[in-house]
This record gives sequence, C-alpha cells and structure tokens, in this order.
Amino acid sequence: MHSDRAPMGLKIAAGAGLLFMHLPLLLIFVYAFTTEDKSYQWPPPGLTLKWFAVTWNRPDVWAALSLSLKVASISTAVALVLGTLCAAAVSRSHFFGREVISLMVILPIALPGIVTGIALRAAFNLGDIPFSFWTIVLGHATFCVVVVYNNAVARFRRVSGSLVEAAMDLGANSFQTFRYVILPNIATALLAGGMLAFALSFDEVIVTTFTAGQQQTLPIWMLEELVRPRQRPVTNVVALVVVLVTFIPILAAYYLTRGTDTVAGQGK
Amino acid sequence: MIVERISDTLWRRPKLLVVLLLTPPALWLGIIYLGSLFALLAQSFFSIDEFSGLINYEFTLKTYGELFIPANYDIILRTVTMSAAVTIAAAIIAFPIAYFAARYARGRWKAIFYLGVMLPLWSSYLVKVYSWKLILAKEGILNWGFEKLHLGWLLQAYLDLPFFGGNSLSTSVTGTFLVFLYVWLPFMILPIQSALERVPVTMIEAAGDLGAKPRQTFRHVLLPLALPGVIAGSIFTFSLTLGDYIIPQLVGTSRRYIGQAVYAHQGIAGNIPLAAAFAVVPILIMALYLWAAKRKGAFDAL
Repeated sequence: MHSDRAPMGLKIAAGAGLLFMHLPLLLIFVYAFTTEDKSYQWPPPGLTLKWFAVTWNRPDVWAALSLSLKVASISTAVALVLGTLCAAAVSRSHFFGREVISLMVILPIALPGIVTGIALRAAFNLGDIPFSFWTIVLGHATFCVVVVYNNAVARFRRVSGSLVEAAMDLGANSFQTFRYVILPNIATALLAGGMLAFALSFDEVIVTTFTAGQQQTLPIWMLEELVRPRQRPVTNVVALVVVLVTFIPILAAYYLTRGTDTVAGQGK
Repeated sequence: MIVERISDTLWRRPKLLVVLLLTPPALWLGIIYLGSLFALLAQSFFSIDEFSGLINYEFTLKTYGELFIPANYDIILRTVTMSAAVTIAAAIIAFPIAYFAARYARGRWKAIFYLGVMLPLWSSYLVKVYSWKLILAKEGILNWGFEKLHLGWLLQAYLDLPFFGGNSLSTSVTGTFLVFLYVWLPFMILPIQSALERVPVTMIEAAGDLGAKPRQTFRHVLLPLALPGVIAGSIFTFSLTLGDYIIPQLVGTSRRYIGQAVYAHQGIAGNIPLAAAFAVVPILIMALYLWAAKRKGAFDAL
C-alpha cells in the first residue's frame, strides 16, 4: 500500500479521463476523409481526399482565415506590450493598488466571455463606433493580455534582482540592462505567452460575435456552418486543419518553457 | 546624454518607473474594459419603450424587475443548475487525472499527461463542440456503438426519460451537459494538479502509518489540501458554463440559457437594456463566487 506504484483504480480512472479528452478530437481526423456529404454517418462509407481540394478552392475559407490571422497577429502584439509592462511593474515592486492591477488583468477571462462581448457592444453602441477590423482587435487584445502577463510575471519572479544590480554596477544604463540582461532572460516566456495569446485570439468566437459586425473570422465562419450547414465535408476539413494549426503553437510553447525552473541568476 | 539622464532618473526614482510601466496597460484595461463594463451597467438601468422599441435613457429598475418574471427566472435557474452540475462532474473526473499526474507520473509520463491536458485545453473550442455533434448525432458513433453492443434498447430507454432524454442525444439536456463537461474539463485539471503537487508525499504516508485507510486519507488529508485547487478550477468551469451561449444553441433542447438570452435580446430584439441586465447576473454570481473562493485561499492555486 505504501509503495510508489499507483493503485489500479487510479490508473484506470486517469487513463479513462485522458481517453475521454482525446477520442473526440481523433474523430475529427477520420471525418475529414469521409465520402459521406449529407449526414454524420458512422462508420464512414468510404475515404477520399477530394474534400481537401474542394476546401482549398473556397475563397470564403481563405478570406476568413486571413482575417483571423491578421486579428491574432495584431492582438498578440498589443497583448505582448501591455502584458509585459504590467508584469514588470507588478513583479518589481510592491505598490498600492497592486492587487487591483492583477485583478483587472484577470477579469476579462474570469468573467464569462459573453459579459466582455456585450460590454464592448454596449460601449460601441453608446459611443456610436462602427464595427471594423479594429473593434475585433480591441476585444481580442483585452483578453490576451492575461496570458502574456501570467507567463511573464512567473519569469520575472525568477530573474534575480541582483542580476540587474550587477549590470548597473558594471555601468549599463536602464535601457542597456533591459536589452542585454532582462530581455534575454524573459524572451522564451514572452514567446510562449505570445503563442498562447495567438492561439487564444485565433480561436475566439464568443466575444467576436459581438464585435465583428458582418466580418467573418474563421471561428465565425465555422459557427455559421454549424448553425446552418451548407457543405459538411468542407467544415470537416477546416476543423481538421484548425486542430493541426493550433497544436503547433501549443507544442512550441511547451518546449520553450520546459525546464526553465532554472534561470540564470536564480538565487535560492 | 539624454538617455543616460533618463536612465539615472528611473533608477533613482523607482516609483516613477512603476508609473511609466503601468500607464499603458492601465489606460487600455481601465478605459476600454472597465469603461465598457460601466457602459453595460449603465445600459441595464435604462428601459425599452414598449411601443416604439426605442431605448428610454432614464434611470429605472424596471428592466431588472423583468428578470424575475417566471420565463426569465427559469433561464437563470436552469443556467446556474447546469453550471453546478458541470462543475461537480468535472471535479470528479479531473481529480484522478490530476492526482496521477501530480504524484505518480514521472519523466516521459509527466510530459504525456501535461500535453494530454494542454492539447485539448487549447484546441479550438468550436472544433471540440463540432466533434460532439458528430458523436451524438443519430447516425453517429455513439448510437452505432450501442447498436453493435446490442444495447440500443438501453439508450432508447434513457432517451425516453422525461427530463434527461429527448428525440436524440444531440437534442437532449444530457447532450448539452456532456459537451459542456468535455469542453471545460481541462480547466479543472490544471489547478487541482498544481494544488496536489504541493502536498508532500510524506504527509500521505504519515496518514497511512497512523492507521488511516486509503479512503480516510483521501477524505481527511488529500481532499482538504486539494480543495483550493478544486475551487480555483470551479471558478473556470462555473464561469465558462454560466456565460456560454454557443453550446446550448448547437447541442440541446430549445430551452434557453443566460448567454442565449443576452444574445437574443441584444440582437434581433434590440432590447439592449434587458440584455445588459441579464449579463449582470453572471457578474454578480461570479463576484460572490470569487469572494467566497478568495476566503478559501483558492487564488494561491491558480
């Protein structure tokens, strides 16, 4: 009983839980190749690559994809700047209102997405602001800040203060210290945070439905297809591509932050 | 030279540095986000003119009063019940995964469990919902499986149940529940795991040495120590279910949830005041929840 082996029941429960999380995603891989185009029939009557070609030639898919990529890039850039600034301030010093700042950063994802969405819509409505590319970015950047902030604040805590002081003692000014000492130490955390922010924005649908107006990001395109299916096989293929595309930044973020428990100058 | 001078000033006056660092994010979040929340709050105190359909910009509590008519009150109750059910089920499924990953998984298995949770967590939300549409469909894999096992009658008996059943799984409350559970489950695992990782193995061994049966160790040692993690996870599952309007729209019955009510009222109906008042409900519930969670120390496990 006191051995370091897991009890059988625990192994089974944990394994079954993991399977429950992954089997539905695997199903997407099969459906992208099915020859059936009217229903969700299982097992697929036959397998084909035809729908990949059909999807490739769909301008609406490309337009939605390109809008999503643009929005995600700019939102990530904004979130990187704001999140890093916030993390730097919060981790470096204890000041009045520090708790308020961290709460304010977390709030956009702690509150249901629909609240953020309708709040922005209400504000656009009161301010007579027309929907545009920038209204989407406004919403996305707001909830992306927290991902960058979380990654950056954890790293800032590990970058030792004495390292900064040493740089200063050796004659570096604040900007040089930032460029040559702080930035290299936090770079991977920022890259990881940025990738997660990108994935978050690329996938967001709830807030976007309130801030996009008539524009279609890829998730909005997909939502339309789910509500009113037009060509199911195309949706299957897009779903598969989206799964593959989102896996890349997640895996990259994992490898970037792996083993960073030991950062230069960590004083224990 | 000017660079040097700025640098020196910043070093000598760290408070100024903090102010400079904080100004852009505080402006963005303060003006755009809090400003919007405030706009929302303001709208909820307006009302809609029943005849013209235009918004009447005068302070009134009438819109909030409308939340308590039976049809709207039912929506709130249904959503809160669903959120609670999803949260409890997620905690039960998440615990063994988190415990195994925290205590027993080493090396390669640690990585597998970590990615095994992270990949579904970050996969596209709509794709996850879509995969369940495929699973739950009448011609889908679940029905096929039941038929192959000659258990079709069992599924049919379940679907004939008055509240849980329906025409098919994809148009039943059970379907909605399953999709919610699937989509938010990873958000429960990570906080529990991080809470459990802080429990020293020696403490569990000590409980055993002092004569506790595994069940007692779980009940009196493990669970209390993991509770902040469970609460932290429940913040996500509860809040996310509370505000979702896409899942019940795609999978489930025609009965509405808060998110759908908000969306419908602000959309075609153009009743932004009522939509705003509806949106304030999850804010209030989450505020209470966060306050209670903070008292239990859940934020340390985030």
